[in-house]
Amino acid sequence: MRRLTDLTLLQAAAGLRAGEFSARQLALAHLDRIGVVDPSLHAYLTLTPELALAQADAADHRLAQADGSNGEPLPPLLGLPLALKDVLCLEGVPTTCGSRILEGFRPPYTATAVQRLLDQGAVIMGKVNTDEFAMGSSTENSAFGVTHNPWNLERVPGGSSGGAAAAVAAGLCLAALATDTGGSVRQPAAFCGITGLKPSYGRVSRFGLIAYGSSLDCIGALARSADDLLPVFLGMAGFDPLDSTSLQEILPAIEVEGDLRGLRLGVPREYFIEGIHAEVERGVRQAIETLVALGAEAVPITLPHTDLALPVYYVIAPAEASANLARYDGIRFGPRLAGHDLLDQYLETRGRLFGPEVKRRIMLGTYALSAGYYDAYYGQAQKVRTLIKRDFDLAFAEVDLIACPVAPTTAFPIGAHGDDPLAMYLEDVFTLPANLAGVPGMAFPVGRDPEGLPIGMQLMAPPLGEAQLFRATHAYQQATHWHEERPPL
Amino acid sequence: MTLTLDEVRHIARLARLSLTLEEERRFQQQLSSILEHAARLSQVDTTAIPPTASVLPLQARLRPDISRPAASRPSILANAPEAEGDYFRIPPIFDVEA
Repeated sequence: MRRLTDLTLLQAAAGLRAGEFSARQLALAHLDRIGVVDPSLHAYLTLTPELALAQADAADHRLAQADGSNGEPLPPLLGLPLALKDVLCLEGVPTTCGSRILEGFRPPYTATAVQRLLDQGAVIMGKVNTDEFAMGSSTENSAFGVTHNPWNLERVPGGSSGGAAAAVAAGLCLAALATDTGGSVRQPAAFCGITGLKPSYGRVSRFGLIAYGSSLDCIGALARSADDLLPVFLGMAGFDPLDSTSLQEILPAIEVEGDLRGLRLGVPREYFIEGIHAEVERGVRQAIETLVALGAEAVPITLPHTDLALPVYYVIAPAEASANLARYDGIRFGPRLAGHDLLDQYLETRGRLFGPEVKRRIMLGTYALSAGYYDAYYGQAQKVRTLIKRDFDLAFAEVDLIACPVAPTTAFPIGAHGDDPLAMYLEDVFTLPANLAGVPGMAFPVGRDPEGLPIGMQLMAPPLGEAQLFRATHAYQQATHWHEERPPL
Repeated sequence: MTLTLDEVRHIARLARLSLTLEEERRFQQQLSSILEHAARLSQVDTTAIPPTASVLPLQARLRPDISRPAASRPSILANAPEAEGDYFRIPPIFDVEA
């Protein structure tokens, strides 16, 4: 018999409506599997079983009431178990950002993106692991321990949304909300063999998302296919007066069916460089051939400033982080370490409760914004960011989508980058540009390397072009089976 | 681009971070190599290129000046490491003569 945790999100939604099982049974099945599997993965930081069962019972009530009536259609996410990256606020539930400095913090309000899913009747299983303040590419920077990759427990799940990716891949939830500031949804999706969307900047409200790099942060989602991802994206996107960078543009209806005839697919030569693993390149090139067989036309393009994305990002993101993280002062939330005066209390609390990567980025940002260095670092990085954005503007005048790898490698061993931050930053070279340009990107599995680890491919679209991402990924997943493969757990 | 140990200490002080000597030495080396990588930016000709602070052409939005429900005071104070009445409690800011 098929386990309830093997169902896709759409299958689970259909099963609930057909009365094959209840939302409570679905939630319990996921809680059971978490109990069995998560001790070896460590995807969840906080489980919310009581909340989940209460939400499931409420969903069952709505399903029973709707049964046989011709009332309003039920919301797509009603009764479906989801997880939240632990940087998203859920009222009353511990939210740590993977940091000791927020230990014990219970948000007094709920993020807009989360609230919209709650309003649909979604069931929240808990909060999932992240690199501290979403700074990292492996979850090794979480203060509460690393998450293991479900495909190989010795490997990282990617990051910073590694808990979300591992939970979805292992069947510990049907989909997860997470954030992407420099690739933190797309890279772990690729490493765990699932589908992840980073929407256009401004498409999803950031209200209630604990800030890292405010001009780059996007709330996205991870699921096992583009089809599963679509209702989650549609559920959380749209204008929110509580976020001053929220876009007022109306979400279009997204029609995923149809072949890809006429679709122009740009293949940027700067993304197939020395250092990319041969298996990754082969997998992505084969996937491009598949898209071409489905009707797309592959067009060589150039994004000439790609190699500058890394230095630009590692000036701008730390600069914004140093300002955003100034609020952790041991006064209004989180623990406090005693000092002999207020300044000493700041120094002790922040110095001891932030982890090494967070301190590194705060210091980088502080330096880049300090008197005498502002123009050379921050000012110059903002100008080069304009050049990177113009690369995309020019490319999207010629093509509809850009196809490239998500990361140069498949999931690397835990501990591989040890104490070398620059080596870790290089994991993000293919994902950072989308954040700097504000364009949406989708990552999905297109193969496996000889060790059985998933290979991911990335599609990027012009701002607000999410519909094209869903259409192309859906077409690919109709023609292939990679997204249906599950880790051997 | 090599930072001196004194520069590392200065930045840490500005950022309100106490560091151990071992951390100061490690950050000196790591921050120097990251800044060296970032120094490539100075070789890019950005004459007449405007900076990008946000990818959105945002304009300030006006909204009606009316109150709306917000998180309650007790729920906010409940997160404070030390509170007294309706206030956050902090150590003395000024030297108090005994």
